[in-house]
Amino acid sequence: MPVIWILLIVLALAAVGYVLGRRRAYASAEGEIRKLHSLPAYYGYNAAMLTAVPAFFVIAIWLIAQPILIDARIGALIPDSAISESSTRGLVMSDVRRVAEGLDKLVAAGSLTDEETHNLHIETTDIRELLGSVGTALGSDVAPEVLSAAQDYRVLSGAASLGMTILAFVAAIGGLYYSLKQTNKDFRARNTVESMVLSLLVVASTIAILTTAGIVLSMLFETRNFFSQYNWADFYFGTTWSPSFSGRGGSSQLGLLPLLWGTLYISVIALLVAVPIGLYAAIYLSEYAGPKMRSAAKPLIEILAGIPTIVYGLFALITVGPMLRDYFAQPLGLGESASSVMTAGIVMGVMLIPFVSSLSDDIINAVPQSLRDGSLGLGATKSETIRQVVVPAALPGIVGAVLLAASRAIGETMIVVMGAGAAARLDLNPFEAMTTVTVKIVSQLTGDTDFSSPETLVAFALGLTLFVITLGLNIVALAIVRKYREQYE
Amino acid sequence: MNNMLMSEKKLETTQTKISAKDVNVYYGDTHAIKDVNVEIPEKTVTAFIGPSGCGKSTFLRCINRMNDTIDVCRVTGDILLDAEDIYDKRVDPVQLRAKVGMVFQKPNPFPKSIYDNVAYGPRIHGLAKTKAEIDEIVEKSLRRGAIWDEVKDRLHAPGTGLSGGQQQRLCIARAVATEPEVLLMDEPCSALDPIATAQVEELIDDLRSRYSVVIVTHSMQQAARVSQKTAFFHLGNLVEFGDTSDIFTNPSDSRTESYITGRIG
Repeated sequence: MPVIWILLIVLALAAVGYVLGRRRAYASAEGEIRKLHSLPAYYGYNAAMLTAVPAFFVIAIWLIAQPILIDARIGALIPDSAISESSTRGLVMSDVRRVAEGLDKLVAAGSLTDEETHNLHIETTDIRELLGSVGTALGSDVAPEVLSAAQDYRVLSGAASLGMTILAFVAAIGGLYYSLKQTNKDFRARNTVESMVLSLLVVASTIAILTTAGIVLSMLFETRNFFSQYNWADFYFGTTWSPSFSGRGGSSQLGLLPLLWGTLYISVIALLVAVPIGLYAAIYLSEYAGPKMRSAAKPLIEILAGIPTIVYGLFALITVGPMLRDYFAQPLGLGESASSVMTAGIVMGVMLIPFVSSLSDDIINAVPQSLRDGSLGLGATKSETIRQVVVPAALPGIVGAVLLAASRAIGETMIVVMGAGAAARLDLNPFEAMTTVTVKIVSQLTGDTDFSSPETLVAFALGLTLFVITLGLNIVALAIVRKYREQYE
Repeated sequence: MNNMLMSEKKLETTQTKISAKDVNVYYGDTHAIKDVNVEIPEKTVTAFIGPSGCGKSTFLRCINRMNDTIDVCRVTGDILLDAEDIYDKRVDPVQLRAKVGMVFQKPNPFPKSIYDNVAYGPRIHGLAKTKAEIDEIVEKSLRRGAIWDEVKDRLHAPGTGLSGGQQQRLCIARAVATEPEVLLMDEPCSALDPIATAQVEELIDDLRSRYSVVIVTHSMQQAARVSQKTAFFHLGNLVEFGDTSDIFTNPSDSRTESYITGRIG
């Protein structure tokens, strides 16, 4: 039975549980709601949750565990002789899965009965053609071992899904029965439901934290692999970035510095664009603009934040880049390249304006009116008040906003690829093409890669370095923002 | 505590500093101040009393045009400072506010050092050329604000770190540092404890020798203690204005009497 049906049936059972639980609670209180410990709906929710949650839990665990267990069983069945030299067990297993999938499709299309799939033989049927007829294309002819493994695979999976269906229904019905049994007027259904909701919230927050931890761990693991193949000092202090993909190992120079330099150079230019414009826009909007102007301009500025970065990249590629080259770089004799640090920096700065302005605007608005009154009352002009009282009071928050924008700038990829190119270079000339850490992570991992050579593993080391930098910036930003909040509460 | 004697001191001058003629204030559709006429003499403390929402703070804020910062607020009539109309088009509210300082209900020191808080006004008005001159102004102002002894060793500590009463005296010192001619105080003691209140009241009496002080207060005792003139506002009208001793002992209007004896308010 397909999983979606199981889920729907369990949900229907939960709905039934809701109705029954409610009704039973009513009955046990003889229709008088004041005698119940909780509102009747809580008894309903209790029954519904006890029905659905264990069943869903069973399904989730099963769906995670089943492929792992079956792969292990089937994988052990394939003899070493069936694995050719250029291949691995993993690749053969994926062939097995594809064949099994194709057989499923054949059965579903009605061209084979379940019985016939077990009697297929490599000698009597052209399996490859047969599977091709239902859209499952295979790279090579099916080996007999693969076919028999696929047949076993189908049998096992079939048994496993049946097991899952039965277990899920048992869990659902058992939960329903248990919850109805415990429903009576003294049962504290509200407390139970609320603690179940609480655990739901805890699970949700844990998933986010665990994911972060998982990301860090996987990066750490691969980074360690990288440093076992490549000297860490050459990575962190190397000034040349020239990976080679053809000749494996040895000839690559994987120095971080040109990439880090490009990242920081572009980010600094982006911030030089974004911070003044964003800050001045925020000051205008929060201090000078009338309510009408404000309500129109603020959403318009925030539209900038909604533009996908790839669109900014196009803008950099076809408009800003050539313009900078024709009007600045060529006349000044600084280069012929349309992709340059300047292009990417400026466009990225435009992208960051709404970050800076929107956050700063909120922060400036949070400065108490009494401070403005105090300054105006001393005979300061509006601009003196803003410069000497409002902005200094909001400064920690503004710094926080700028640091958050900086971490965005450091992590940006698309604009850099399209605006600044992909040449790793250590250069001061802002009209020269350069590239950043993120771009190189992408280029090291695109295409046909295997995760054993330093050329691909370096991506994880780069990613981890970047992660540490942005994490540090975020921590500093949060600390500053927090300190600022303490001042006015 | 101070006693009633203070307000019975003879008025030294009777020259008018501020005079209001037929002043009306509107907040949008609300008519907040109705036809107020008042003459505030020089070098005296004038108290504005009245129940909440009677318009006394609004009227106070008209005197240095702080109401200009509120969009919906509209003022008609004339307010003369030294016989010059402050609502005249040629008057720059910024210059006016340098002459008419203000102390607010809640202490509002800037998030700067104590020194910079006091030096703020003199700096923006260019009252001092050298560091030494500013030092002198800061010290003089803090002394006049009766807080010098408490802060002289930590002038560069943040002003926000002081206690509430100290903050309010710092704000008074800050207002005094620009050498205003008039000092407006909007319930300066409402956030302070009795001891800090007494210190501020003493300070107000000292300030009288140099400035005209106008103080809004909810405390009748405070009005009686610190002021020589009292104006009673009710529902946007100036009901009665006269010598403090007369208002408190022999009010001519029945509403004033009801208020000071606690029957309305």
